[in-house]
Amino acid sequence: MEQFTPIASLCGGILIGLSASLLLLSDGKIAGISGIVGGLLSPPKNDTTWRVLFIAGLLTGGFLFQLFSPSVFTIGISRSTSVLIVAGLCVGFGTRLGNGCTSGHGVCGISRFSPRSLVSTITFIATGAITVYIINHLLGGSL
Amino acid sequence: MNSALVAFVSGLIFAIGLAIGGMTKPAKVAGFLDFTGNWDPSLMFVMGGAVMVHAVLYRLIRHRPTPLFAATFSVPTRHNIDARLIGGAALFGIGWGLSGFCPGPAITSLASGKSPVVIFVVAMIVGMYLYTLVDKLWTRPQAEPRKESSPRLATPTTPAFQGPQDA
Repeated sequence: MEQFTPIASLCGGILIGLSASLLLLSDGKIAGISGIVGGLLSPPKNDTTWRVLFIAGLLTGGFLFQLFSPSVFTIGISRSTSVLIVAGLCVGFGTRLGNGCTSGHGVCGISRFSPRSLVSTITFIATGAITVYIINHLLGGSL
Repeated sequence: MNSALVAFVSGLIFAIGLAIGGMTKPAKVAGFLDFTGNWDPSLMFVMGGAVMVHAVLYRLIRHRPTPLFAATFSVPTRHNIDARLIGGAALFGIGWGLSGFCPGPAITSLASGKSPVVIFVVAMIVGMYLYTLVDKLWTRPQAEPRKESSPRLATPTTPAFQGPQDA
């Protein structure tokens, strides 16, 4: 089981808040990852560049950690390929249908006090918690 | 600094925040969602820290008439709480609970090259693409049958949910 890491998590959160603010200040865009990725799959809107570069930034950050601190990518739970596929489909379809994910609704939307984002965040935490409850307490922890 | 460079730097800082905050560890995400088990509240601190900073800076930034490098702010303006919003969030939460991944950490974790991450991200992108297909069907109602009698009515539909409305 992972340890409680309030300081590291708070620092990580502050960086995420700064990143979202920087993107808003410079490009006027919302740092919602599902929206940024999903926008690349919709009909072209002539705003591909910033989306691709933001994702390139995410990946570059990932590669830096892979080089210097790969333990941040410890998975630590056991899920079968079919469960991962179902999960990916749910996350991809659901975030587009509901116009946002943890970043777009959970961080940016709540920061604007958006009622839609508050409802969305409560909903995805609730269904996430129910799912984890079923896996951990009814199905023995792996799937 | 120009617009493109800032988007890259934002993504970089975002990824560092996710990794430091513990969001790239599915077991930690599952630990946060396991309220009745060995609950790990760390991720509340990630969201709390991010909201604290962005709630203040958001208001300061919106005092400006425009962003630095763009003509307008692309900020969502809708207030309606509908079945799409709740159904989408519910579906997302199920996938998040199943895998411990949400979109940002999953893309960042691609750098680890681990097969569960790759499988998840491919499925996620397929899911997003499926949505664009389904959305096209939903937003093109009654257009086809009227084509012969009145061609002008055949293409009045505007695509729903675009651009700035994406949170």
